[in-house]
Amino acid sequence: MGLRGRNYARQYWPFLVPAGVIVFAVIVFPWIFTLYMSVQEWHVGGKITFNGLANYQRLLTDERFLWSVVRTLYFTALAVFFPMLLGIAAAVCFHRKFPLRGLARTLFILPMMATPVAVALVWTMMFHPQLGVLNYLLSVVGLPMSAWVYAPNTVIPTLVMVETWQWTPLVMLIVLGGLASLPVDPYEAARIDGASGWDAFIHITLPLVWPHIMVALVIRTIDALKSLDIIFVISGGGPGTASETMNYLLYLEAFSFYDMGYASAIVVIFFVIILLISLLLFGARRQAY
Amino acid sequence: MRPHQIRRLLGNIGFGFSVFALVSPAILVFLWMLSLSFKNELDNTAFPPVFIPTNPTWANFIDVFEKNDFVTLFWEDFDAFGRTWFTYPAIGGYLYNSIVVSFSATGLALLVGVPAGFGVAKSKAHKVAALIMIARVTPGLSYLVPLFLLFQWLGMIGSLLPLVITHLVITVPIVVWVMIGFFEGLPNELEEAALVDGATIWQAFRYIALPLARPGIVVALILAFIFSWNNFIFGVVLAGRETRTLPVAVYNVLTFEQVSWGPLAAAALLVTLPVLLLTLLMQKEIVAGLTAGGVKGG
Repeated sequence: MGLRGRNYARQYWPFLVPAGVIVFAVIVFPWIFTLYMSVQEWHVGGKITFNGLANYQRLLTDERFLWSVVRTLYFTALAVFFPMLLGIAAAVCFHRKFPLRGLARTLFILPMMATPVAVALVWTMMFHPQLGVLNYLLSVVGLPMSAWVYAPNTVIPTLVMVETWQWTPLVMLIVLGGLASLPVDPYEAARIDGASGWDAFIHITLPLVWPHIMVALVIRTIDALKSLDIIFVISGGGPGTASETMNYLLYLEAFSFYDMGYASAIVVIFFVIILLISLLLFGARRQAY
Repeated sequence: MRPHQIRRLLGNIGFGFSVFALVSPAILVFLWMLSLSFKNELDNTAFPPVFIPTNPTWANFIDVFEKNDFVTLFWEDFDAFGRTWFTYPAIGGYLYNSIVVSFSATGLALLVGVPAGFGVAKSKAHKVAALIMIARVTPGLSYLVPLFLLFQWLGMIGSLLPLVITHLVITVPIVVWVMIGFFEGLPNELEEAALVDGATIWQAFRYIALPLARPGIVVALILAFIFSWNNFIFGVVLAGRETRTLPVAVYNVLTFEQVSWGPLAAAALLVTLPVLLLTLLMQKEIVAGLTAGGVKGG
């Protein structure tokens, strides 16, 4: 044991105290308080009364909430699929050496670093039905103009497009990290055996970077579930309620309707959904390969 | 040319095209932002759109700083008798708010997060790390509901303090997460030698681990600052008219004023410019930090 012994390790706890206090105050306390509030009837300014599981019962019959769950899952499925596909492709590209690779990679990650509100404003202007540049570009290549975020059936795919633009780089970075740690030997063996580049990718690269792909998948799924900024700025949940996701409805219940008890119940359910999906994906990670 | 040379050439062309197809959307949106912000109103509302400004102009930026609604909203401090003491142009105020909030939240997070990262790495307290990871996966709004009520109860709404406190939800997990990874990667020998020679754990941290961890601290600082600067939803809920951060201020222009595109694009560009420059200058550190932690705020 010596220096790395168990008793020795305990002497490091003072280093954790200041951060522990802050984590308790801004992270753990809110969790406990949310659980408490989720069983209360509480509008801001009104009285607080215990109402048991009534908030949760209301969730089960609240069509607006149930539709928001459906929309969130729809949005998430698309906003995971496309960034994963493009992110893996981009990682494979950036793994290869080419001139100006460093610059190209930096430019590629700009969308995820830029202030979401600022880029969302530019996208909003690009989506303008009459004057927007995107409809002009569509007309140039002979495609019909789109209503983008101004029609209920196109709003979610359009928001997914922005989300894909913004978050593909994160998938790329995580997968690229995996590619960078690959051993060289299997590839040399495969080349000697006459395998093509595609064969090598499917049978060597993919299994080896699979853990990284799963990490990217979990992170992307969670981020897509809780995506808010771009929906908030670009569509504001509209038109009507066509892009009202769980997170956006949560904002409305809490800070427009000030129905804090009900909002807290949404937070709890939201958290459970996130936890379930994460566990499911981590389970899948163990199963595969 | 021989067949295999032709095949290689075609392969390279195809590869170049893929890279171009992947990278160009990332750049084009920013170029369009640039184009909008340097065009006059006539060009901005033209159809078909004008891509390269015919008469590039600074007018939109001057508007943001001087004339536009975004900025003529002056904010004033009244004392108890209703006398005005200060009048600030709003952009100065919003910029000041953003700087105060992001710098304080990042500074505080480094102050507590760097020792915590050291403590977790050395004592292998991975449960603490898991707790922090949960903070990463829960939506930012879920912290806002209880904290908003708490701040209201304490009468703190309307000052910058609630914003600084809630931004810790973003910055502390980033700093701790990056620092755990960094301290775990450092060799133990130097510290152990110091401990054998009778140094206290604090001295081993202060004089040996901390100087070695400087690159890690830079990574943590940059990421925490960027994600705090970019945060929007905490500001929307907690900021009053005088305490808006820049992203909230720009958003409010869109909602509540009749706006023209040029000044709005110029304002958006100014808000995100510090972050874009930081990314271009520090791309190595940022890539290292993001690859290690997959961190993201909010």
